[in-house]
Amino acid sequence: MTALRRLLFFVVGLFLALPLIVVAGVSINQRQTLAFPPQGFSLSWYAQIFTNPEWRNALVASLTLAATSALLALLIALPLAWFLWRRLAPWANIFQLLGVAPFTLPPVITALGLLTFWATTGFYGQSWTAVISHGIFFVTLPLVTLSLGFSAIDRSLVEAAATMGADDRTIFRTIVLPLILPYIVSGYAFAFVLSLNEYIVAYMTIGFTMETLPIKIFNALRYGYTPTMASVTVLFLVIAAVIFGLVARFGDLPKLLGALSEDK
Amino acid sequence: MRREPPQRLGDYGPLFFPAGMLTLFFVVPFATMIAVSFFQRQQGGFYTPAFVLDNYARFLSLFFGKVLGFSLFLAVAVAIACVVVGVPFTYLLARSSRKTQIAWLVALLSILSLSEVMIGFAWSTLFSRTAGITNLFVWLGLMSQAQALTPSFGAVMTAMAYQAFPYTVLVLYPALVRLDPTLSEAARTLGASPAKAFFTVVVPALRNTILATLIMVFIFALGSYLLPQLLGRPQHWTLSVLITDQAIYQSNMPFAAAMAVFLVLVSLALVGLAVYAGRQKEAK
Repeated sequence: MTALRRLLFFVVGLFLALPLIVVAGVSINQRQTLAFPPQGFSLSWYAQIFTNPEWRNALVASLTLAATSALLALLIALPLAWFLWRRLAPWANIFQLLGVAPFTLPPVITALGLLTFWATTGFYGQSWTAVISHGIFFVTLPLVTLSLGFSAIDRSLVEAAATMGADDRTIFRTIVLPLILPYIVSGYAFAFVLSLNEYIVAYMTIGFTMETLPIKIFNALRYGYTPTMASVTVLFLVIAAVIFGLVARFGDLPKLLGALSEDK
Repeated sequence: MRREPPQRLGDYGPLFFPAGMLTLFFVVPFATMIAVSFFQRQQGGFYTPAFVLDNYARFLSLFFGKVLGFSLFLAVAVAIACVVVGVPFTYLLARSSRKTQIAWLVALLSILSLSEVMIGFAWSTLFSRTAGITNLFVWLGLMSQAQALTPSFGAVMTAMAYQAFPYTVLVLYPALVRLDPTLSEAARTLGASPAKAFFTVVVPALRNTILATLIMVFIFALGSYLLPQLLGRPQHWTLSVLITDQAIYQSNMPFAAAMAVFLVLVSLALVGLAVYAGRQKEAK
């Protein structure tokens, strides 16, 4: 059993790592060639991301979009999850369903819906439309983590506070908020990382007026190869790994992903 | 605190912003897309409000039939490949130490969130002539000369399985991590080998979960919009690629919208089926 497990883990690990190893390899080539094993060693393609104005602008655009749209997703998800937990209103579950829908359906559908919408309303191409589009597209993530967080709250705590005269606002601020804070943070983190990497919705809303990093890579791919694509890919992978690593370090990642308790 | 139905208008307060946003920016765009799918296309990329079925009539062409058939076939192949490897993998992962689980989960999440553009770029590099895997084969003496492995069906399929595998594991994880460990222990006590216990006890117990996962991964694979374009030939294009192509490059929004509506219907029917398969498990 152990040998079998080692073998399967090794094969799966190799399959998952292989393309990333090659990308990491070509990102340190001395010259602008697509060669592996790398010829020479240079970190200049990493410096390019920050010094070349085109790549730097794309990086700033991506980070800005991810930070703001994840915040918007959170602002939509938090009151909704709170309401669904606090009140008995079965019909309101329709909004939970709406919040999960964009993530369940093929992304091209949401992208096309938003493209027709922004084109019809005449706002097509404005940078803020991407913030709203991503905020809606990724609302699923904080919604799922927050629903999980609320369901973990012991209702008798809240009841005790209510008996002692605390109103909804006080209860939310002093009891609920501290308890769900880890879920708020992880929901934001998930939405942030996914927005950073998202291509099709961003492309269909602002693709012709500005470039995020995934859009920039795709456009650059059409004109040939530059090692900066490889260094950006490695950078994004590291960002994702660090963020998810932090979520795991300070939160309970297995539980967030569906395991029952932390004492395992 | 007991949950109470909202009594005053003020109780609905928290719902206003989320409900408004989701309605305005998800329901309305969705409706807009459906409306556009019935619009009349004008030359030059514009369209005028109308109620025509031309865009849907185009589905009856041989070309569309081929694209649809290929999309479904590709998604089925990817889903089966991912689930066949994913079930034993996730089963073993769920029985590993907490530390091992966390390390794998972080890695899987990082790859899952990786942009489709970057996955496509990574695989096109691995399959390239100058930096690709064939150089390793040459070095090992398995091949005489390095060659490019793209564009090809194999490249599309491999990259899509790569993209869908982390998703498969994360969909399976909750069910497998909560699976009663006494099930396979009992089988082992009665003398079954680990493999036999897995196939005769664990897999049948998870039949509905596996079916639901197959459908979820199938929908996920249907949504792949770049990999067939980056790694395949035009005959490897899927419905998602075609929708993007019609909307952006051919500027035929009504036709793109009609295909998207069709894709929604297919996906919704399948989600319904997946939910139904999941329910069956609870009923038992």
